[in-house]
Amino acid sequence: MGVAVVLTAFAIVTDGLVYAAYLFLVAVGLTLIFGVMKILNVTHGSFYAFGAYGAAIAVGVYFDRGLPAAGGFLLMVLVAMAIGLVLGLILERGLLRLVYGKDEVVVVLVTYAAFLILEDVIQLIWGANSYALYQPLGVVGNVDVGPLVLSGYDIGLVAFAGLLAVAASFALKHTRWGRLLTVVIFDRELAAAFGINVSLVYTITFVIGAMLGALGGATMAPKIAVTLGIGVEVIVLAFAVVAIGGMGSVEGAFLGALIVGECRAAAVHLAPQIELFVIYAVMALVLVLRPQGLFTRAQPRKI
Amino acid sequence: MTLRSLVLGTLVFLLVAAMAPTLPVWLVSLATIALANALVVLGLIILWRAGLVPFGQALFYAVGAYSVALITRYTSLRDVLVLIAAGAVLSCFTAFLAGFLLARYREIFFAMLSLAMSMILYGVLVKTETLGSTDGFGVEPPTYIGYAPQGRMHLLMLFWLVLAFCAVAALLVSLYFRSVAGALAVPVRDSEIRLEFLGISVNRLIHLNLVIAGTLAGIGGALAALSIEHVDPNMSYWTTSGGFVFVMVLAGAGSVAAAFVGSFVFELLKSIAYDILPGTWQMFLGAALLLTILFLPEGIGSLFARLRRRRQRQSMSATP
Repeated sequence: MGVAVVLTAFAIVTDGLVYAAYLFLVAVGLTLIFGVMKILNVTHGSFYAFGAYGAAIAVGVYFDRGLPAAGGFLLMVLVAMAIGLVLGLILERGLLRLVYGKDEVVVVLVTYAAFLILEDVIQLIWGANSYALYQPLGVVGNVDVGPLVLSGYDIGLVAFAGLLAVAASFALKHTRWGRLLTVVIFDRELAAAFGINVSLVYTITFVIGAMLGALGGATMAPKIAVTLGIGVEVIVLAFAVVAIGGMGSVEGAFLGALIVGECRAAAVHLAPQIELFVIYAVMALVLVLRPQGLFTRAQPRKI
Repeated sequence: MTLRSLVLGTLVFLLVAAMAPTLPVWLVSLATIALANALVVLGLIILWRAGLVPFGQALFYAVGAYSVALITRYTSLRDVLVLIAAGAVLSCFTAFLAGFLLARYREIFFAMLSLAMSMILYGVLVKTETLGSTDGFGVEPPTYIGYAPQGRMHLLMLFWLVLAFCAVAALLVSLYFRSVAGALAVPVRDSEIRLEFLGISVNRLIHLNLVIAGTLAGIGGALAALSIEHVDPNMSYWTTSGGFVFVMVLAGAGSVAAAFVGSFVFELLKSIAYDILPGTWQMFLGAALLLTILFLPEGIGSLFARLRRRRQRQSMSATP
C-alpha cells in the first residue's frame, strides 16, 4: 500500500515535470513577445506547428541516413531557429508593423487572422497527412527507476527547459541586449526617448519569440503525432500558463508551467475526468486571486 | 432609434418573412444559423461599446444550446418556447454569476478570464459521459404550441421563429442603447475614472452588460441547437468564441442592423469559401478579417454611415 502511494506520487511529480517542460517551452516565447510588444500573439500556435512539421521532416530524413545522433538534435534546434527567423520576419515586418499603436484587442484579432491563414498554409505545404518522428526517442532509450520506466528524451526535455529558463532569465538581467529589452518592457516611450531603437527591438523580440515557439514544436515533435490542428490547442494552453505566471514574465511562465504541469499530472493519475478542466480552473482561480498573474510589478494608475 | 429606422426594420422583417417559402432550402437553413449567431454578435457589440472583447462568449452559447439539448434528451418537454426560455434563463443565470468576477476585469485580462471560463465548460463537456462527451448528441425536433411541423415546414417554422426573436432582440437592444445605462457604455470605454467621479459604479454597469450579452448568447445557442439538431463540446471551444469576435469585427459596432448583416455575410462567405476552396477556406476567412481590420476598421456598418455622410455632403453642396 505504502509503496503504491509513493510510486503514484513519484509518477505524478515526474509526469508533471515533463508536462511543465513542454508548457514552458511553448509559453516562454509568448510571454516574451507580450512583455516587450504588448501583443497577445495567437500566431504562436502556428510557430509551434511549423516547428513540429519542420523538425518531423528534416530530422526524420537525417536519422534515416544513419548519421550521428547528436547532430540530429542540433538539427532540430537549427530547423526551429530557421523557421522562426523566416516566419517571424514575415509577420512582424509585413503585417504587425501596420497595426502598431492600434487597440490591443485589434492586434490580437490581426494575429488571429494570420493564424487562420497559416493553418491553411500548413495544409498546402504538408497536406493532411500525419507525420511521426519516432527515431529520437529510440536513440536516447529509457531509464529504469524501480518499477517505473522513464523516457530518456523526457529527462532531456526537462533539463533543456530548465536550462532555457535560466538562460533567458540571465540574458534579460545581465546582458546588454537583455537590459535594453527590460527597459522597453518597463516603458516604451521613455526607452525611445533615451535613444533605444524600439522598432529594432520589436523586430528582434518577435523573431526570438517565434524561434522559441518553433523550438517548442520541434522538441515536441518526437512525442506527438504531427498533424493538422496541433497549434489550436497549444495556444490556449500557453495563454493559460502565461496568464497564471503574469504576462511578460519569464519567471512567471516557469512557475505557471510547473503549477499547471503538476496539477494536470495529479488529475491524470487521480481523477482523469477533470484532466482538461483542472488547467483552466487553476487559471481562473489565479486570475481571481491575483488579476495580473503571479509575477507582475505594480502598475501606476494612469488617468 | 428613429421612426424611420423602425419602419425600415419592420418592412425588411416582413419582406424576409414573406420571401422565406420561395427561397431554396440551403439559403433558409444558412439564414437560420446566421440569424441565431447574430444574436450572440449583438451581445458582443453591447460589450464592445464598453471596450470589452470576451474570448469566451461561447460559454453562454454552449449553456443555451446544451440546456435545450438536455431537456429534449431527458424529458418529454418539446415546446419550442419552453426550450428557448430554459436556455435563456440558464445562460442569464450563468452570466449573472460569472459577471461578479468578469466585471472586475478589463482589456486583455477580461478576454483571458472569459476564455478560461469557457474552456472550463469545454473540459467538463468533453469528459462527462452524461453530457455526451466529445461527440455530443442529437436534439429532438421541437413542437410549436402542440403543432409538430414536418419536412420543409419544419425548416420554415424555425426560420420564422429565429427571425421573430431577432426582430424583438434588435428592437430591445436599440431601446437599450438609447437608455441611460446603454448610453453610458461609451464613456466607460473612454474614461472610467471620470464616470466613477460622477458617482456611477462602472463594475455594476459592466455586470449588467455582461448579463444582457450572456442571455443573448444563450438564446442564440438555443436556437442554433434547434437548427443544427446536434450539440457538441466544440460549441464552447475558443475557436467558436473567436468566430463570434470575427463577425463582430466584420460587422462593426456601429449599429444593431450591422450584427445581422455581418453574421449573414460571414455565413455566406464561409459556405462559398468552403464550396470553391475546400482546402483553403480558413485562409480566405483570415484574409477577409485582415482586410476588414486594415481598410474598414469600423466594419461593414460604417459603409452605410459613410454613404449617408456623402449624400448629406452632396445635398449640402447642391444648395449654395
